[in-house]
Amino acid sequence: MSFFSEENRSLAREIIGRYPKRRSAMIPLLHVAQAQAGWVTEEAMVEIAELVDTTPAEVLGTCSFYEMFKREPVGKYLVNICATMSCALAGAAELMEHAEERLGVRAGGTTPDGLFTLASAECQAACTEAPCLQVNYRYRYRVDADGFDQLVDDLAGGALDDEIPPHGVTARVRQHIPADRAVGAVPPEAVNEPPVWMAAPAGNGAGSA
Amino acid sequence: MSDATAAEAAPSTVQVTINGIAVDAQPGELVIAAADRAGVHIPRFCYHERMSPVGMCRMCLVEIDTGRGPQLQPSCMVPVSPEMVVDTTSERTQRAQEGVLELLLINHPLDCPVCDKGGECPLQDQTMAYGPGESRFVEEKRHFQKPIPISDLVHLDRERCILCDRCTRFADEVAGDPLIDFTERGNETQVLTFPGEPFSSYFSGNTVQICPVGALTASPYRFKARPWDLVETESTCTTCAVGCRIAVQSSRNELVRYLGVDIDPVNHGWLCDKGRFAFGSVASPDRVTRPLQARTPSGTTSDIADAEPLRRFQPTDWASALGAVAAAVKAARPGAIAVLGGARGTNEDAYAWSKLARTVLRTDHVDAQLGDGLPAELTVGLPAATIDEACNADTTLLVCGDLREELPVLHLRLRGAARAGTTRLVEIAPTTTGLTRNAVRSEQCRGGEAASVLRNLLDGDDPLAGELASGSVVVVLGRSSVSESAEATAEVAAVISARVPHSRFLVAARRGNVRGALDMGLAPGMLPGRALSASPPRELAAAWGEPPGERGHDATGILAAAASGEIDVLFLLGADPLTDFPDSMLARLGVSGAGMVVAVDSFVSQSAAEADIVLPAAVFGEKSGTTTNLEGRVSAVGELVTAPGSARPDWMIAAELAVMCGGDLGFLSVDEITAEIGAVCATHASAIGPDLAADGVLASGAAFEPEFPPEHVAPARDAYGLRLVCSRKLYDGGVTVGQTPALESLAADTVMRVHPVDLERVGVESGTEVEVHSDRGALRLPIVADAGIARGNVVVLFPSPDIDVGALIDVTAPVTDVRIETRGGEASR
Repeated sequence: MSFFSEENRSLAREIIGRYPKRRSAMIPLLHVAQAQAGWVTEEAMVEIAELVDTTPAEVLGTCSFYEMFKREPVGKYLVNICATMSCALAGAAELMEHAEERLGVRAGGTTPDGLFTLASAECQAACTEAPCLQVNYRYRYRVDADGFDQLVDDLAGGALDDEIPPHGVTARVRQHIPADRAVGAVPPEAVNEPPVWMAAPAGNGAGSA
Repeated sequence: MSDATAAEAAPSTVQVTINGIAVDAQPGELVIAAADRAGVHIPRFCYHERMSPVGMCRMCLVEIDTGRGPQLQPSCMVPVSPEMVVDTTSERTQRAQEGVLELLLINHPLDCPVCDKGGECPLQDQTMAYGPGESRFVEEKRHFQKPIPISDLVHLDRERCILCDRCTRFADEVAGDPLIDFTERGNETQVLTFPGEPFSSYFSGNTVQICPVGALTASPYRFKARPWDLVETESTCTTCAVGCRIAVQSSRNELVRYLGVDIDPVNHGWLCDKGRFAFGSVASPDRVTRPLQARTPSGTTSDIADAEPLRRFQPTDWASALGAVAAAVKAARPGAIAVLGGARGTNEDAYAWSKLARTVLRTDHVDAQLGDGLPAELTVGLPAATIDEACNADTTLLVCGDLREELPVLHLRLRGAARAGTTRLVEIAPTTTGLTRNAVRSEQCRGGEAASVLRNLLDGDDPLAGELASGSVVVVLGRSSVSESAEATAEVAAVISARVPHSRFLVAARRGNVRGALDMGLAPGMLPGRALSASPPRELAAAWGEPPGERGHDATGILAAAASGEIDVLFLLGADPLTDFPDSMLARLGVSGAGMVVAVDSFVSQSAAEADIVLPAAVFGEKSGTTTNLEGRVSAVGELVTAPGSARPDWMIAAELAVMCGGDLGFLSVDEITAEIGAVCATHASAIGPDLAADGVLASGAAFEPEFPPEHVAPARDAYGLRLVCSRKLYDGGVTVGQTPALESLAADTVMRVHPVDLERVGVESGTEVEVHSDRGALRLPIVADAGIARGNVVVLFPSPDIDVGALIDVTAPVTDVRIETRGGEASR
């Protein structure tokens, strides 16, 4: 055990405690791991497997399913420029070209100083505000070339530190649910009745109607 | 009124119509399973009857009408319902099948001519039967690096994979080793292991067998043969005592592959990798092919033997080899002949040697076990349970070694039963085992103290006593360590039988046909048909005459007698006491002290290297007959390839030796022996004929009630020392693993494992080499921390491929306590 910081290890224990099955904590713990390192390292996956009592292969299987878990290092700021229809019509391609020039990397690349990763993204559901982009999944609307330059300067200069945390941080204020406040989910094998809102089947289904 | 209608409306079968045929299905049965039983084949890739359905491949789409009109539904996901109408051949069904196949073939390479699966490939076959015949897809297919090894035994070709989830589901659900999983998503989805953590499951070979395409291949079979060139016979695996049903396949007189055959009572189609791949040892170049005669007497040239065992021997012919043996037999003093082993052959081999020993050699010094089993009377005489009964008992009590290492497929069955909730596992063991996770309760104990732990539980106010008293109980009983005496395990049986008289036992015998050998009387004081020599059954007495009067020695007694010069001729029937007998000092003294040592073996084992005469024996696959699994189930083994050189089956050697010694065993073929066994053994009366195929015949009952040893209190603990526990590993230092190229490199390393707290007391880092002392001897070994070991135990692999662990063991002591000394020589504290 060496990946998680002392603080995150106790956080992991708290998260695991919320679920009747340890394995259910896998995705929340992947978020914690990504918040700590900026991306999900192999070391982290091994440690999560140990914590939730499964194999690293299963953690990798889950982690790799989700686009937002990065298994390669990414910059402090992940800039996703939308390239889908509305944004494309409103100049997303030009914006991307400008961004590539400004940052000196192609889409998918990370700047040598490790500050920015530029990526092309599918629709981000802000079509009325095209062209849009996200920095660490925080929206920027109607971005033009100047706006982009300003954004890069602000990010590099730290002017947006309050608004946009480094990649991997999901929320600055973490929800703490002490054990006595948890909803008390029952393990699936202990559930042997239908939910209360579901009417009991009459007879045995099709035949008795 | 509603109660009455509910009772009426809850029939034991559900009436459905499949392709116009009325079918009585079980409630909850899947449509595809009901169709299978009705003889209607629905094509499928992901569905497997021994695993939960997932509906991944969509190949089994059929039109199902449940009163709302016919709709295409996956028949592997839909349970039958009353008045359901299924059409598996409708036009819409056919279009769906064509569509699914066209999609599956978009990325599947059409490299069938160079694919190992070609000719027996469900994708190939079903494309021919149900496919559209052509593809509209003209673009480039998806490419991956061609086969990547995902373990030492299994290769994965991701281009061929159709993502049916069979292998990953097997690894998770059945084997409990989820080391492979789907990774990535969408078009990029692929089965992978975690980097640096291979799919090293003991059951990995099953994924190759159930893969519906050529994506998973096993290295021992890759490019060895084409399916249509294979010769096949159905047989029973004798690598361990579970007795899995297998299909043995050969090409050009060489075994190339075993496949699991699905039978309900035993293996459900699964095999362990050791059983599946151990055929490699059959064609080993080290096989003995001709009788060998030592140039120098045994016990005088061990330094030469160590360097190059075969140099001691010169090849000879059968007549002179057997002549020399017969002369020694005739010259031997009365009661000075002993037979060790016999657990590796067929029942017929064991019967022939049992008869030879009792009627011609006139000796009762016979033992198929090498001091590593339970007393034969208990193995044979305890009230028996089957594997199915163990899987369905209210409580299954495990007091045995780690079944995953010793009897892997029994482990799978019990694991499956525990997961399905058909039994509750309670375990008493000196370490965590493969089943600890699935046990509702796991009590750890010091080596040799299971009986006293159990006594405390059952005599105290522990709830276990009540649970056992009120429900059915099956005890899986075995030696969890050879460094504790067999009495320690026998005492467990005594404790349970006295307190829970209705409990039944599944004796976890390990060696291939050890149960069959004991049933055939290869144990002192025993006779074929699970009878005692003291009271021979009438039919047997008529066929055999009077058995030798006095009860003979067991393996320990035989080796002790040989060590003191009381044995003139010692037969080693596929037995290698120098490797397998727990007490290596006694084994060495015994083998070198015997007058003449005759090894009937397929390899020049460590013990055979010390013999005067080595007679080449045919092995599994080269002889037919029957074998008996740990339940007492008798099933057929088949002959498929020719034994190398002049090697022959054990029974034939016995029959010829009998003639040379002036006797006659009275049979000339395997079938005659099988018939004779059926005639003289009441237990085996039905174990003849065609029933021996498939499920086999359960030979039941015993001619006597076993006597239990008196209960005694736990042996005193050495307060400063650790208790030695010799645990087994699937890949051990035995001949099967050592002579199988595919498995050889998998043999486990020899280290000592102790609880981290105990390691702290020793005061060295994990991995340090230390000296371990017992009253008998000393060894140097690395010591590592393992939280799965109970405090106070030190666990070592036995038999080890490179270290003589037996040097620490005194077989006459009830337990073996050891002290650890660090390199500097400080005592352990």
